Amino acid sequence: MATDVGRLTRVQGLTRRYGERLILDHLDLEIAPGEFVALLGRSGSGKSTLLRALAGLDDDVAGDGLVEVPAQVSVVFQDARLLPWQRVLDNVVLGLDGGERRGRESLAEVGLGGRERAWPSELSGGEQQRVALARSLVREPRLLLADEPFGALDALTRIKMHGLLRRLVERHRPAVLLVTHDVDEAIALADRVLVLDSGRIAAERRLGPGSTDIRTDLLLALGVTGEGA
Amino acid sequence: MTLVTARPVAPARVRSRRRRLRPRRPIRFGFLVGPALLLAFWAGGSASGLLDPRFLSPPWTVVTTAGELVASGRLQEHLLASVQRVGLGLAIGVPLGTLLALVSGLSRWGEAVIDGPIQIKRAIPALAMMPLLILWLGIGEVMKVTVITLGVLVPIYIHTHNGLRGIDSRYVELAETVDLRRGTFVRKVILPGAQPGFLLGMRFAVMTAWLYLVVAELINSTTGIGYMMDLARTYGQTDVILVGIVLYGLLGLFSDAAVRLVERRALSWRRTLAG
Ligand SMILES: Nc1ncnc2c1ncn2[C@@H]1O[C@H](COP(=O)(O)OP(=O)(O)OP(=O)(O)O)[C@@H](O)[C@H]1O
Ligand SMILES: [Mg+2]
Repeated sequence: MATDVGRLTRVQGLTRRYGERLILDHLDLEIAPGEFVALLGRSGSGKSTLLRALAGLDDDVAGDGLVEVPAQVSVVFQDARLLPWQRVLDNVVLGLDGGERRGRESLAEVGLGGRERAWPSELSGGEQQRVALARSLVREPRLLLADEPFGALDALTRIKMHGLLRRLVERHRPAVLLVTHDVDEAIALADRVLVLDSGRIAAERRLGPGSTDIRTDLLLALGVTGEGA
Repeated sequence: MTLVTARPVAPARVRSRRRRLRPRRPIRFGFLVGPALLLAFWAGGSASGLLDPRFLSPPWTVVTTAGELVASGRLQEHLLASVQRVGLGLAIGVPLGTLLALVSGLSRWGEAVIDGPIQIKRAIPALAMMPLLILWLGIGEVMKVTVITLGVLVPIYIHTHNGLRGIDSRYVELAETVDLRRGTFVRKVILPGAQPGFLLGMRFAVMTAWLYLVVAELINSTTGIGYMMDLARTYGQTDVILVGIVLYGLLGLFSDAAVRLVERRALSWRRTLAG
């Protein structure tokens, strides 16, 4: 579709290796504009490797394949990664010329209006992660890459963050690739869930009404069976 | 579901059992405590006759001598000359050292070219450089300021470079994902990230400046505290020499305190042991 040029995310035959170890093996993936995709996978399965390839952060990694991403891509890391020497607002608008007003709006959007002048070290973990969300959304990304953004948060804060992320994504409509190891988080947030295994997409489930057994399904694909599920 | 109710406790009995590992709140003018003790020993030693006034004049003699030197205007004159040299040396050496650290820290070629010579300069004692510098630059102000500048440059370079190299690569990665331009990257990530290192370098630099000033002033000078002391040596005036030493000490102490003040202001974003 012509309208999708520059908005589609497409990966074809993506291969990445560290030394002799093949991490991604001719992986194919497509994410439609506005689609929310969750990526599951065991630890060390290469989720972060894939995400870094999409973010263009892996110049130094061997491999080939085609990666096509929209012009505006934002990344949210597992750690909030705020510059400790910049106040909260300056972190949000980092590198944006005259983005102050939008930065304030963005902070208000994540519920941190009024904390613009705080230092990052004065915020709680969840608040820092919200600042990181504001920082990525103020750039109006067409693709939002998130690598276990809530991994370091407690269960309650996590649930609150899910609600927040869902609302923000509904408003800004970026395509999202969310890396997580939490099946419930994937189900709660995504339109589509992928499981990465042996360097490829090993399973894929589209979520919608009536998709009740997906949780067991996905856990099975992750190699978790019986009581552990 | 279990309900946990807070049990009321009498406030007087609430006591934190936690071992406190952090130092307590900073003492006001705490940096003066050590020097004050030193002064007390000196005064005590002189008063009790333990210290021979021919070798070490008592503090009050030093104070009166200083008063006389001030009254005659000689002290101010020498002090001004010294402060000017140090100020000039710092004004040139600090930006130069920072610039070299930036170039060497941000580019591999820069490092290849710059780092070696600085390490070599570091290994050569200031006194060993003097004969050559005097040959090249004469014995005037240019030589003196050059000596100080070269001395100042080294700690600024070493510590800024070290601070810069120590910046967490995750921040650099972040800068890449938000597409920072190089100039903004230097301003928002590199300079603030290297600032703790730079300020530590600054503390060394200020001290170094005073040390190198002595070296420069004791040789072929007609003004400055060092000259005043050298002259006093030829006449055996211990009290004047001591005035010079105390003055050097005070200048060093206060310039260090000034840098630390700036450090506390500039690094207010940090939450550290020092608080
Ligand atoms: N810089 C590196 N050098 C060598 N090997 C690496 C490097 N980065 C990752 N790997 C290896 O590549 C594999 C995939 O790593 P990756 O970080 O993508 O896993 P992941 O799926 O994100 O795991 P986790 O859920 O634990 O974050 C791992 O086995 C890891 O050891
Ligand atoms: Mg990972």
